[in-house]
Amino acid sequence: MAIVFFSSELQPLTGEEQTRVQSAIYRDIIAELTEKYEKLDASRLMKMAIAIDGEIIHTPLLESVGENSEMHFLYRISGG
Amino acid sequence: MSEAQDYKYIGKRSIRPDGYDKVTGRANYGADLALPGMVWGKVLRSPHAHAKILSIDISRAEAHPDVLAVATHADIPDSEGSVEAGESTVNLKDLSRNLLADDKVLYHGHAIAAIAARSERAAEEALALIDVQYEKLPVVMNLDDAMKDDAPLLHKDLFTDGYDEKPEKPSNIAKRMELKMGDVEAGFAEADVIIEREFQTPTAHQGYIEPHACTVRYDEDGQSMIWTCTQGHFDVRMTTALVLQMDLSKLKVVASEIGGGFGGKTVLYLEPVALILSRKAGRPVKMVMNRDEVFMATGPTCASKLRAKIGAKKDGTITAMKGWMAYEAGGFPGSPMMPGVMTMFTPYDCPNMQVEGLDVVVNKCKTAAYRAPGAPQAEFAAEMVINELAEELGMDPIDLRLKNAAKEGTQTIYGPKLKRVGLVECLEAAKNSPQYQSALSENQGRGLAAGFWFNIGGSSSVTVNMHPDGTGSIIEGSPDIGGSRASMQMMAAEVLGISLDRLKPIIADTDSLPYSGSTGGSRTTFATGMAVIEAAEQVVSQVKERAAAVWNVTAEQVEYADGVVSNLGGDEKMTLAEVCKAAEQTGGQISGASNINARGAGPSFAVHLCDVEVDPDTGKVDVKRYTAIQDAGKAIHPSYVEGQYQGGAVQGIGWALNEEYVYSKEGLLENPGFLDYRIPLASDLPMIETVVVEVPNSFHPYGVRGVGESGIIPPLGAVGYAVGNAIGKKVTELPCSPPRVLALIQGDA
Repeated sequence: MAIVFFSSELQPLTGEEQTRVQSAIYRDIIAELTEKYEKLDASRLMKMAIAIDGEIIHTPLLESVGENSEMHFLYRISGG
Repeated sequence: MSEAQDYKYIGKRSIRPDGYDKVTGRANYGADLALPGMVWGKVLRSPHAHAKILSIDISRAEAHPDVLAVATHADIPDSEGSVEAGESTVNLKDLSRNLLADDKVLYHGHAIAAIAARSERAAEEALALIDVQYEKLPVVMNLDDAMKDDAPLLHKDLFTDGYDEKPEKPSNIAKRMELKMGDVEAGFAEADVIIEREFQTPTAHQGYIEPHACTVRYDEDGQSMIWTCTQGHFDVRMTTALVLQMDLSKLKVVASEIGGGFGGKTVLYLEPVALILSRKAGRPVKMVMNRDEVFMATGPTCASKLRAKIGAKKDGTITAMKGWMAYEAGGFPGSPMMPGVMTMFTPYDCPNMQVEGLDVVVNKCKTAAYRAPGAPQAEFAAEMVINELAEELGMDPIDLRLKNAAKEGTQTIYGPKLKRVGLVECLEAAKNSPQYQSALSENQGRGLAAGFWFNIGGSSSVTVNMHPDGTGSIIEGSPDIGGSRASMQMMAAEVLGISLDRLKPIIADTDSLPYSGSTGGSRTTFATGMAVIEAAEQVVSQVKERAAAVWNVTAEQVEYADGVVSNLGGDEKMTLAEVCKAAEQTGGQISGASNINARGAGPSFAVHLCDVEVDPDTGKVDVKRYTAIQDAGKAIHPSYVEGQYQGGAVQGIGWALNEEYVYSKEGLLENPGFLDYRIPLASDLPMIETVVVEVPNSFHPYGVRGVGESGIIPPLGAVGYAVGNAIGKKVTELPCSPPRVLALIQGDA
């Protein structure tokens, strides 16, 4: 089961710093998280980037995660 | 991977493919296109920084014999909410109100109406015939005033986002963000030395030499064309189509050559307005900003106020880092506060961090991206305190940084642990540099600072078309701002094993390729380069298959190297040109196409050294020596990489020493031109020495990291600390212009 870490920005919505998820595809992980945490809004999460094992992915809809992957939601960076 | 590999083309200093056109003047920039029947568009701008628009009467302007069309906000379809445009989120309502003001003007120079006329002069004359009635409102010109409880509000419907509960009343603070990890208070309790300082930085412009310009044509059948200088023509198409509610297929955007952007040419100011005028006038319309307009009404980077508090043990171990920042967004929300929060302390491996940021609206033009948006300000504060901490601890500032440097496995405050990065290597290069080992003279000071930026990947589309003589065209969708055509040519040549002059890189229009993200965030050599490599590899596969078919063997029995394909089971060989010439007979023309969403961008760290000399009588600062060290992963074209380092350093030096927007009490911009807004000239600075560190990014076939962003981050801290070091005072406010430095010397500041 992959582990999802919540930034301090998301922690007020989840009430905890991290959780384990059963799903292996990002799209399904979002569904699992929003079902578990009522205050967590799918549309908000989908606007964020995700780091899976340190690799930042801006548009991760169909990304798969490993059994021991670490996931972090983060603000989507652009640049100058 | 790039380590221990010899390349034939990559890493060489090849002749740039756009060089001849640029030195001969043949290159066509934003203002260079003229179309039959074309007329001129001009914009009426607000003389006030904050006012209600009571009425706009365009009747006298419309009656002018040379005026063909007048546009106001009423011509823009209503829009609400934010829309994904490419890889960024655009607030359509704010964008449309920035293009042409609705019921309020929010800054001096805010666009109100536009005119299309038969000549540029007639358009300018007719602007004076538009009668606008205003009700002036109190102005809010700085962060302290904007954040007061009783501050005049720019937007009555703006409530601070980022608190658990929605605030009860509106505010000029658009957003709050806080990131933290560990326990900062416990970390400070462990510290032997704690330093806390407050800093300010000014509004500063990218200073690109070419003003914004476009020529557009709206045809009777609804098909439209936009020729414009932009960092991202696909995003111009996307956003224009969203604002004007058009189909993407009815809008073709062509990217001209571009004379600088640095983030400032990722935003729409003219194109939708020109298209409205063209539709109303039935003529092509050209619009070119003058320099005043560029300063007044495009997007500089934000002024900021920052606090940094850092604690360390006597041995130099940093135990806690705490930061706070408020960034001016301009008239609409959206400063780069969030990346500021994320980057402030990222060069350091410290378990206890906390950073809070505020995005604040003020009566200034809406800010836009500028190289590593948000990071230079935040990391300036952090680096100034780190330098002071080294002084307090009696440590060498590089040793202090080395002791705490971020490296592979370092936990960042924004989430993931870092992969392999090159900060330690940059610091070691700084320590070994001739400049760091040189002595300083009287009135001279030295500063050092580090910088971090993430870099990004994103969508890139590329086609490599091979011709019957074995030459090829690389069709890409990324405007070339910093030499990317050369990089694409070199990466394709490396894969195909043919000389550079046999490959022509071309920037295609939006009808000719699938979507490609803007050239920004140091993504192009990384992401578009990956697409070029993939498309060229497809060409190699096809060439092997064709040769195999001719020789009646399998493709696995065929080898491709240096533009020659060989039968491993026999003596047969064919050149790439021979295979391409025979392509019609073996299955059709040969080409490769790659449409990728690149990921795995590798962060780039930079370390800069600055030596200055301060005239104690005038406060004038001269940069005597400057070294820019940065991790490129792999420098595809070292001269261009060095140019990025030097360009970032010079822009940062200008920001640190002289550049700032100066406003009157009424909020009117007083220095909208290069005479009074002083960017550094070549004669002001020494040659910027560079060191290219190469710690490969494992996610790129050649190890590339973006190099265009990080170089502007360290100069603010390096210059700021050097000036303070020279005069024996603490610099807390930029720019270090002569009056400000003299006041510090004389003890007035």
